[in-house]
Amino acid sequence: MIPLQTPSQTVGPFFKPALIRTGQESLITPRSRGERITIEGRVLDGDSTPVSDAMIELWQANSDGRYHHPEDMEEKLLDPDFHGFGRAATDEQGCFRFFTIKPGAVAGSGIDLQAPHVNLSIFARGLLKQLITRIYFPDDPMNATDAVLNAVAPERRATLVARFERPGLLHFDIVLQGEHETVFFDI
Amino acid sequence: MKTPAGYRRPAPGVHPPYNFPSYTSTQKRAPRQAPLRLEHTLSEITGPRFSPDTMAPGDDDLTHFDGGEALGERIVVTGRVLDEDGRAIPHTMIEIWQANAAGRYAHAEDRHEAPLDPHFAGVGRAITDDSGAYRFMTIKPGAYPWRNHHNAWRPNHIHFSLFGPSLATRLITQMYFPGDPLLALDPVFNSVPDPSARERLIATFDIEVTIPEYALGYRFDFVLRGRNASPTLN
Repeated sequence: MIPLQTPSQTVGPFFKPALIRTGQESLITPRSRGERITIEGRVLDGDSTPVSDAMIELWQANSDGRYHHPEDMEEKLLDPDFHGFGRAATDEQGCFRFFTIKPGAVAGSGIDLQAPHVNLSIFARGLLKQLITRIYFPDDPMNATDAVLNAVAPERRATLVARFERPGLLHFDIVLQGEHETVFFDI
Repeated sequence: MKTPAGYRRPAPGVHPPYNFPSYTSTQKRAPRQAPLRLEHTLSEITGPRFSPDTMAPGDDDLTHFDGGEALGERIVVTGRVLDEDGRAIPHTMIEIWQANAAGRYAHAEDRHEAPLDPHFAGVGRAITDDSGAYRFMTIKPGAYPWRNHHNAWRPNHIHFSLFGPSLATRLITQMYFPGDPLLALDPVFNSVPDPSARERLIATFDIEVTIPEYALGYRFDFVLRGRNASPTLN
């Protein structure tokens, strides 16, 4: 018998005791290599109402652009103090926050490098499967040639780029629906 | 550097759409724009892995908490995590959460007028073994009302979160119980378009898994996305 895929169902509103633990929003230790950054933002619904029961998972490469995963066989340094996974729940105001480092550029398809980015998966009541998006960095010259950014309609590209609040602090809102809807990916 | 093999796209009808109006919460949260399809790169074929060292003894047994035994019908839930080619997915983390026997979550936001059980937290974790197998000991969760529509009740269910080897295989789902009359009325269960895919969310009662004089046994396998054939190097 051919095994057939298990369908997705919503995470619902009651996941926090099972999935959220203190400290998961920080991906770094004092020994992690790379430029420290804080990423914060809000999750908003189609009425611009804060979504206070979402979970965001962040996955990223280390400062050299290598993922902590056996299938990333690029000749780049691994960092024993950086695994690249974080989780955060949104609070009453729909806010989330991660403490991490800026990733390096990772390999794309063919010979292209991808601009530095972090991958986000968003889970919430009302989402029957996760939403996938990416955060790009506002000052990175590689954005201009990134294949994914260039596949997005120019008028929506800005939804994938964080903005600097001040040095080391980036802001990135996730708009689930509406005029400024974030670009989501089918992966 | 060769492009790594991506994961196969899900068959139509397996996963729910984002917008499913009878599940009211989708109405303001489902994106209006279609998601942009991405070819898989290292960003999608990699993902977090969790060491068995992060598990504590008893993480897979929800029937004892805070010095006492949970009320309700004890059950064993066991099965394997496979990919679409039937390959076992070993050493992957599974997290579960559920309501107690009375249909109440140990969660501040659950306002259902049903008793909390001081000896049931309703959360568990496990890591699959070399053959992709997992096993939880828990109690059968109760049904509960949820105000999605008039007289709306969620069928008995356990929430499951799985990672698999990559971002592309990440899955959060719910496991239901056979013969539940609420399934036919539940918008979340019925959001899965293909009826045969929907049926795959229902566990199977198994007398072989049942522990005599102690707990009923249910079997539930997970199937995550399979891999495309590796591209050749020529």
